[in-house]
Amino acid sequence: MPAFDEMHGTEGAIRSAYRTIKSWLDASDPDNLKQLQKEAEFLFRRVGITFAVYGDAEAEERIIPFDIVPRVLMNSEWTLLNRGLTQRVTALNRFLADVYGAGDIVRAGIVPEDLVYQNPSFRPEMVGVKLPSDVYVQIAGIDVVRVDDKDFYVLEDNARTPSGVSYMLENRDVQMRLFPDLFAETRIQPVENYPDELLASLMSLAPKSAPKDPTVVLMTPGPLNSAYYEHSFLADKLGVELVEGRDLFVLDDVVYMRTTHGPQRVDVIYRRIDDDFIDPMVFRPDSVLGVPGLVSAYRAGNVTLANAIGTGVADDKAIYTYMPDIVKFYLGEEPILKNVPTWRCREPDALKYVLEHLPELVVKEVAGSGGYGMLVGPKSTREQIETFRRKLESHPDGFIAQPTLALSTSPTFVKEGVAPRHVDLRPFVLTGADKVRIVPGGLTRVALKEGSLVVNSSQGGGTKDTWVIADPTEDATAGAPHSAPSQSQSQG
Amino acid sequence: MLSRHADNLYWLARYVERAENTARLIEAATRLSATPVPGSDGRNEWEMAVDGTGTLANFREAYDSPTPRNVIDHLVVSAANPSSIRSCLDVARTNARSVRTALTMDMWETINSGWMETRSVTTANLTRQELSDYLAKVKEISLRFDGSAYRTMLRNDAYYFLRLGTYIERADFTARVLALKAHVLDPKRPSSGGSFDYFQWSWILRSVSALTSYHWVYRDNLKPNLVAEFLILRAEMPRSLVSCYENVSLFLDSLSRDYGRQGPSQRQARTMLSQLQGTTLDELFGVGLGTYLDGFMADNANLGGMIADQYLG
Repeated sequence: MPAFDEMHGTEGAIRSAYRTIKSWLDASDPDNLKQLQKEAEFLFRRVGITFAVYGDAEAEERIIPFDIVPRVLMNSEWTLLNRGLTQRVTALNRFLADVYGAGDIVRAGIVPEDLVYQNPSFRPEMVGVKLPSDVYVQIAGIDVVRVDDKDFYVLEDNARTPSGVSYMLENRDVQMRLFPDLFAETRIQPVENYPDELLASLMSLAPKSAPKDPTVVLMTPGPLNSAYYEHSFLADKLGVELVEGRDLFVLDDVVYMRTTHGPQRVDVIYRRIDDDFIDPMVFRPDSVLGVPGLVSAYRAGNVTLANAIGTGVADDKAIYTYMPDIVKFYLGEEPILKNVPTWRCREPDALKYVLEHLPELVVKEVAGSGGYGMLVGPKSTREQIETFRRKLESHPDGFIAQPTLALSTSPTFVKEGVAPRHVDLRPFVLTGADKVRIVPGGLTRVALKEGSLVVNSSQGGGTKDTWVIADPTEDATAGAPHSAPSQSQSQG
Repeated sequence: MLSRHADNLYWLARYVERAENTARLIEAATRLSATPVPGSDGRNEWEMAVDGTGTLANFREAYDSPTPRNVIDHLVVSAANPSSIRSCLDVARTNARSVRTALTMDMWETINSGWMETRSVTTANLTRQELSDYLAKVKEISLRFDGSAYRTMLRNDAYYFLRLGTYIERADFTARVLALKAHVLDPKRPSSGGSFDYFQWSWILRSVSALTSYHWVYRDNLKPNLVAEFLILRAEMPRSLVSCYENVSLFLDSLSRDYGRQGPSQRQARTMLSQLQGTTLDELFGVGLGTYLDGFMADNANLGGMIADQYLG
């Protein structure tokens, strides 16, 4: 089955979301587009929007390719997504509060005990710790894909330290700088308020003992981390200090930072450093990136960590398969966003099926991320499949399998001109004490290689500006003049 | 602000200033090498340039002779020389990345794009034109950095630490260049006459970009005592020691005012400034120019240590 194309739809008529894009592409000279693509790359480099690829000393800093053709969603589509994301992240937070508290969902037999309590990301240190408003995941990145013009599927929940939001913001900036005319024609929902929403969420969850104007910091592993640019970018936009572990110390269960005029108390830490490295007294003793005593201060309720320690138990790929049940269990609602049908290889019947159908499935490591450690059956050689088969047989618990989804495509400017390429979407979901906030859109990742389904930047993926625009029926000025009524009807 | 950020800003400014100073030294050497110098004192202008950066011992270990090629390698591209222009810009950019949030976009872009544009030069095998373009680029980075800091930064502690780095480094450089030539500036020294001395004096002024301004201030030929006075005691000369210390003292006082507390570094800077303001040229030559400058460089380094202890630890 050919993939759903977001511009051409299934019937070949231009979908109304993409009308502006279509007429812009038709009117543009390819040489001029190429020039602007180069200019975009130059802008990213000069600003320093780079990321490091681990294990690749030659290319210490690269930029993630930016595609100049925006990806477009309509308000009606976004409204659905927004509701679904809010529901899902609310359930994730309820789940975490439960597994580190009463454990109702395990006792009810919804999620197997060992998947929770034997999970390597489960942190016994968190059992019985009371967090402000029971919020564990203040910042979630939920990876969403579509295969037709109706449903959205969640591919992955990222509840630890999801990255990429700086690209969402910078892509919009660069897109507006290079194509001001395009923005004059369309009403696009803004994303630039993301830092304000983030800060409001973080401050709302400051510890009770904090002053009215709590001190928030962003904690980074340092300039060598692959996402360092994003850390510094966000700290700058938030107007908070960008700290490393060595800038902080703990005294009597209170966290302080070392400043030029003495120690200053820290109330909220937006940390972009993994659990393992956060406190050498509790986790990896060889970590020089963390702060000794931080976990003790956290457990004493004197500092808020965003995200909480131990959220990894909610976002691994084994728990993922139970998400629809988790949503129903806590909220009593049908999940709005679908899960991709998944075989849990830990179950013998499922394993048997997966081993028999490897060439057509996507197999993922339960603990893997970033597109590493996965097999895309239809795109793999016989040899790769056999190697994976042996891994799977010797350690079935570590894997899940899914059908190869025909991810939707969006027009993308590549060497051969404008061509469809597969995309996904990572919206960023913020949870505060008061409410859930989601900036309309998110980060669209695009697999630049023809036919490729892997959108990860570490594997040759690029990004796009993501627009949420008014539906043509809502706003008469947004419709293209030559739009035929039959086209808008076909969109529902 | 974070102590680590203050430290990064201070050293960022020092390394940018150092890169510019080294570029000026190389320009002065290039210029001198194009003039006939009768009665040379046995050291060529290229070796002087190396000495001006305080890395002569390192240089002699790594190279057999001070040929232009060797010196340019050492001062421009060598990774083994922590004060080569390339090393300075590498450190500056690393520090800028670490304090990205304390810099304005203009400052960051200057450092980052400057670093990218100068990175392509990896060999000392440059034509005169290429070298000249490269040095112009380095000076431009420093000027743009300085200008964007002046025009876009908030006037708070981040700015003060940045400026302290600039002026401590600049004072060190001016003193070092003068100390190298202290012997040809001594008025009691019998003049060797002719153009040799003239080239030495003008080399000093050129190294700190002060040749033209000297003429505007003194309206006179180059005289050794006036060269010394100009670069040590004249407050209107922005690279003179007294001018550097007016600024060091100003920014340290701004810090202590903002933080509501004074410390050893404020007292040390004020003492050094009042000594510079209260002394005369005769007194300097009385103790011996070389001795005086060595003492100044030691005090200046000492002040850097006090600033670190007081704020950056």
